[in-house]
Amino acid sequence: MTTVLVSIELTPSGDVRPGLADLVAHARSIGSPVGVVTVAPGDSASVTERLGAFGLAEVLVAESAAVGAADAEPRVRALVAAAAARNPTAVLIANTVRGRDVAARVAVRLDAGLLLDIVGLHAEGKRVVGEHSVFGGAYLTASTAGDRMTVATVREGSTGEQPSPVTASASALEIDDTTVPTAVITEATEHARRSERPELRTAERVVSGGRAVGSAEGFELVERLADALGAAVGASRAAVDAGYISQDHQVGQTGVSVSPELYIALGISGAIQHRAGMQTAKTIVAVNKDETAPIFEIADFGVVGDIFTVVPALIAEVEARR
Amino acid sequence: MKIITLVKQVPDTWSERRLDPETGRVDRAVSEAVIDEISERAIEAALALKDADKSTTVTLLTMGPAGALDALRKGLSMGADDAVHIRDDALQGADVTITSRVIAAALLRRPWDLVIAGNESTDGRGGVLPAMLAERLGVASATGLDSFELTGGAAGGDLVGRRSADGVDEVLRLGFPSVVSITERMPDARFPNFRGILGAKKKPVEVLTAADLGLTDLHPAVSVVSVAERPPRQAGTRIIDDGSAAAALADFFASRRLI
Ligand SMILES: Cc1cc2nc3c(=O)[nH]c(=O)nc-3n(C[C@H](O)[C@H](O)[C@H](O)COP(=O)(O)OP(=O)(O)OC[C@H]3O[C@@H](n4cnc5c(N)ncnc54)[C@H](O)[C@@H]3O)c2cc1C
Repeated sequence: MTTVLVSIELTPSGDVRPGLADLVAHARSIGSPVGVVTVAPGDSASVTERLGAFGLAEVLVAESAAVGAADAEPRVRALVAAAAARNPTAVLIANTVRGRDVAARVAVRLDAGLLLDIVGLHAEGKRVVGEHSVFGGAYLTASTAGDRMTVATVREGSTGEQPSPVTASASALEIDDTTVPTAVITEATEHARRSERPELRTAERVVSGGRAVGSAEGFELVERLADALGAAVGASRAAVDAGYISQDHQVGQTGVSVSPELYIALGISGAIQHRAGMQTAKTIVAVNKDETAPIFEIADFGVVGDIFTVVPALIAEVEARR
Repeated sequence: MKIITLVKQVPDTWSERRLDPETGRVDRAVSEAVIDEISERAIEAALALKDADKSTTVTLLTMGPAGALDALRKGLSMGADDAVHIRDDALQGADVTITSRVIAAALLRRPWDLVIAGNESTDGRGGVLPAMLAERLGVASATGLDSFELTGGAAGGDLVGRRSADGVDEVLRLGFPSVVSITERMPDARFPNFRGILGAKKKPVEVLTAADLGLTDLHPAVSVVSVAERPPRQAGTRIIDDGSAAAALADFFASRRLI
């Protein structure tokens, strides 16, 4: 079995991003996954324990005092060292803002081929082939780096698979401390998030609000329906621009691309750039008071109505039928 | 401070966008070509620094076909000083490996302190080019910035940027020379005025080929092996709320085992 390195992204407080499950699932489809993680000195044991829950049996852990202070570089160096030690066929990294920086630098340093935002991965003979969803899912393309090593950024939430837990064993990975110019992180704060609410990129259900929601307080209506359905909260760019909710909730062309089981659009017109981020959802529901709103062209179930009357009634229905 | 802003011309997101079924490349013939909105914001960010310090120069740089000159002219009419257009048929279908090599080579030809790019283009969405350039040039980078400011000048000063991404807010500090990429949280682009539009025609645009940059072995690292078009979605049921819509919706959820 060939080795596939899986880069682990930790939040400032040391949490593992849930999208790791997708990286591990894609890695499995072409080889055996080996996790690579960088932690502050002394933190190896606690992180290894948690990685087993994501189905990673083997983890290479690099301890570095630069973790949390230097942007990207410690993770880059750990992956380059791990690639030298294990000669993997592919290195998988989450397609997050931070993950892309790591992938960009690793691909150049290893002279690898870089596949971007993959939603699928398979082997054809010795070649690794990545699949991409292009122009909001209007196309599915496949590409390969041929004989080169593959570095790929992976769309979180692209498999929907839940990992089966294993016991992870860790080996230490040495990385050198040579100084290259790097951005220094002087402050890092995690967004407060209701822990029981799923993360947008990996959620099976998403409830999004648009300009019609009208205010930051009004977004509570969107959140209440989301919570009743166990869904993540999304938004249109107009809602983000108006300051109703933070940018990392934006779905669409310049926001997150989601492909959940259920997507509910509340007071969203369905502009082409919004559709680009959600039209591959399995089931789409829209509530909009304008019967000509383009969102209805792609909705499996559309309600022409006012969100301020339909949504509270829907929350009551959902709760009553539990 | 010498700034280079990267500019990309893309198919308009408002128009139909298609891929060539053979090559997997963007079919430039079917859509209207426009300057990417995020490139306009990157130019705006550079011009705001020029507004604050008149000694700042802003050079635009693009790699693209002949028509990409329109994108450069737009930026010049907004107030940029000059532009570089890398234009070579051999670069059609370049992947990020080639593109980053070519742009890095062009950046090595002139002195600069700061490169400003958009965080991701609307047609590629890869979001890796700025950090690849920084890696090739051996400089620091900070990507996905929602805002940034300069403390001190190009010599010994710093850039302090804020980003809010994937559930974490960060403040990043880096020196010069360096590469940053910005998000659509940055201010909208200014409108070119009449004088700007007239003046843009006289501003210098240097045209370069790959050979001018000393690059010959331009083989993409990645090739497209297949392209499949997905059938468009169909509209389903649509009801008008008469007070019973919530119950009908709940029935629909139940029929799909969503509740
Ligand atoms: C380069 C580029 C990138 C973009 N990227 C994105 C992106 O990533 N994501 C994104 O969403 N947009 C994006 N946009 C913007 C996009 O074009 C639209 O402007 C945006 O999606 C509109 O958001 P909206 O539907 O909330 O607002 P609107 O278009 O204003 O729609 C509001 C809707 O609410 C309905 N409504 C009003 N009141 C009620 C009520 N009480 N009950 C029910 N319905 C009501 C109205 O009928 C209307 O249909 C992008 C645009 C560009 C040019």
